[in-house]
Amino acid sequence: MPLKAVILIGGPQKGTRFRPLSFEVPKPLFPVAGVPMVQHHIEACAKVPGMKEILLMGFYQPNEALSRFLVSAQQEFKVPIRYLQEYAALGTGGGIYHFRDQILSGGAEAFFVLNADVCSEFPLQEMLEFRQQHGDMHSFVILGTTVQHYVEKPSTFVSEIINCGIYLFTPAIFQHIGEVFQRNQQELALCPYLGEESSNGWQRAEVIRLEQDVFTALAGSGKLYVYKTDGFWSQIKSAGSAIYASRLYLNQYSKSHPERLAQNKPGGPVIRGNVYIHPTASIDSTAVLGPNVSIGEGVTVGAGVRVRESIVLHGASLHDHTCVLNTIVGWDSTIGRWARVEGTPSDPNPNDPYAKIDSETLFRDGRLTPSITILGCSVTIPAEVVILNSIVLPHKELSRSYKNQIIL
Amino acid sequence: VVLAVSYMSDALEAAMREQEQRLGIRISMSHEKEPLGTAGPLALARDLLAEDGEPFFVLNSDVICEFPFAALARFHRQHGGEGSLVVTRVEEPAKYGVVVCEADTGRICRFVEKPRVFVSNKINAGLYIFSPGILQRIQLRPTSIEKEIFPAMAQDGQLYAMELQGFWMDIGQPKDFLTGMCMYLQALRAQHPEKLHSGPGVVGNVLVDPSAKIGANCVIGPNVTIGAGVVVEDGVRIKRCTVLEGARIRSHSWLESCIVGWSCSVGQWVRMENVTVLGEDVIVNDELYLNGANVLPHKSIAESVPEPRIIM
Repeated sequence: MPLKAVILIGGPQKGTRFRPLSFEVPKPLFPVAGVPMVQHHIEACAKVPGMKEILLMGFYQPNEALSRFLVSAQQEFKVPIRYLQEYAALGTGGGIYHFRDQILSGGAEAFFVLNADVCSEFPLQEMLEFRQQHGDMHSFVILGTTVQHYVEKPSTFVSEIINCGIYLFTPAIFQHIGEVFQRNQQELALCPYLGEESSNGWQRAEVIRLEQDVFTALAGSGKLYVYKTDGFWSQIKSAGSAIYASRLYLNQYSKSHPERLAQNKPGGPVIRGNVYIHPTASIDSTAVLGPNVSIGEGVTVGAGVRVRESIVLHGASLHDHTCVLNTIVGWDSTIGRWARVEGTPSDPNPNDPYAKIDSETLFRDGRLTPSITILGCSVTIPAEVVILNSIVLPHKELSRSYKNQIIL
Repeated sequence: VVLAVSYMSDALEAAMREQEQRLGIRISMSHEKEPLGTAGPLALARDLLAEDGEPFFVLNSDVICEFPFAALARFHRQHGGEGSLVVTRVEEPAKYGVVVCEADTGRICRFVEKPRVFVSNKINAGLYIFSPGILQRIQLRPTSIEKEIFPAMAQDGQLYAMELQGFWMDIGQPKDFLTGMCMYLQALRAQHPEKLHSGPGVVGNVLVDPSAKIGANCVIGPNVTIGAGVVVEDGVRIKRCTVLEGARIRSHSWLESCIVGWSCSVGQWVRMENVTVLGEDVIVNDELYLNGANVLPHKSIAESVPEPRIIM
């Protein structure tokens, strides 16, 4: 059966919570567990028999990083991959509706839609089989996962199924989206005055949100199914959640890509748990790395360095005896001897009663909420200082310790 | 030597036996069952002090300086008064009690506690010499020598002040202890530089017990004292700290302005700073950050202390 996949990658206005990391590279290309975020999606789609084409859809302007990535991904995964640029932010439904001809071209009988900022096991084949068994060839499937929210009073766990942002549609979905589009147009025609909100809160009819506008209409129609998965799932909204997602993918590598996990070798650094090290990185044998560490291209790690729960981006240099915990070290940054760079884990894991919920706001009660420490690109941390729960913007050269601050 | 103590322990007695043998002197313990203040203990030890009719020194134990015993004894004999006390100049006299005295003789006119306007910048350094006659002034009850005895002696013209040369520090607080340590090491550098440690990875004034072991690629100093049997593993950086006997600092840790107590174990990749004080036998787990933590003895620390507090 001919299939396609659409990966919604958003645009620069979305994902501002990923700053300052998103200043350097579009968020969908940010490396998670050693490879670009969206490559995990592409790998999963390319593995499904019958996959004819993968379409990346978003409103980034064409840029070199994206183009290069598309070329290399096509070569590696041997499936056509194209980027479709939306002329404006059209919402999760508006984009696929706008490009419906492209999606259906070549006779696709069904297609997946995946949000780029989810981290998942991508049980795509299972979703197809589920549809065959439970629905019919005209059913739509939403991937769902059960989470248990811990509720304090009374102290208990409440189960809930949440939408994972991964869908399986047939061409019939466009009929339903079309109906929403028509409704929007009619509403706009009735509210000619600027400033009056239409039902979807936007001025344009073409902005359509799948979850709010389309699914709510379909619920109860017998056409929409939820496939519940037990596999891992998480959202990548902020830098902190990238570290958590890395942990999930690194864990998956033991089955899917064992060659990507570093091993303890004589003469090599001490590896604890799951660690990814790019082949061009240079690591001293007295360093201790992991668990949950990704070391990028050309990184140097000196003697007696400790790295745990962190992502070290390419070109960075960690000098002797440094200690890096719960941190993202930006491209080409330098951390001086004996410095301590540390953040506070913010696992967006709703099942963990002790996890900090991935905070919408950076500040609470006038103080910076403790979170992952982020060093932007080309940051220099001097020797012997401590950088704690702070965000350092790109190209800064610090001269002292900082705690709980954003350093411009 | 008479030790006036309000708490007597076996450890103290045993340590004093050792000192007696080593120095060939007699050390007596005068044990207050109830607190007697700063003068009362002298009355308690009356018999020991008046034994040979000679003047006797009195020292506050939490003072460190270049003790001028000979000069003080000379000064005291010369003026013939009942008591002499050592004064030192400080920058912030308003924090202490200041001494006002005659410039030429050193006879003390009066004391002023924490003066709000500038009166004098000489303060009582906590080091005295008295003739046995002073014991007539002191009763066996809680008495403050500064508040009750000295003012009376000053009025009688019996109290004289000698100025201290060199450094002085009240080291009762950990913060001041470290400052005093730095001053002591500086004086040692001037007078007995051969006692200080030197070598690769040693910076500034560092005192290391011969039985201590320091690993490879460490940078120790300035202003560090390392006690007997201490083990400092590879790649450790220590600045402005006192590390007491038997402690172990594991590799790649970084310590500044700390006091590490006897037999402590500080883990790998630990960062301690800002007058962190570890009591005896404290264990600090790997990879933690302690900022101004005051840890009571025998505690295990498994979590970072990012802001100063006391850990019981």
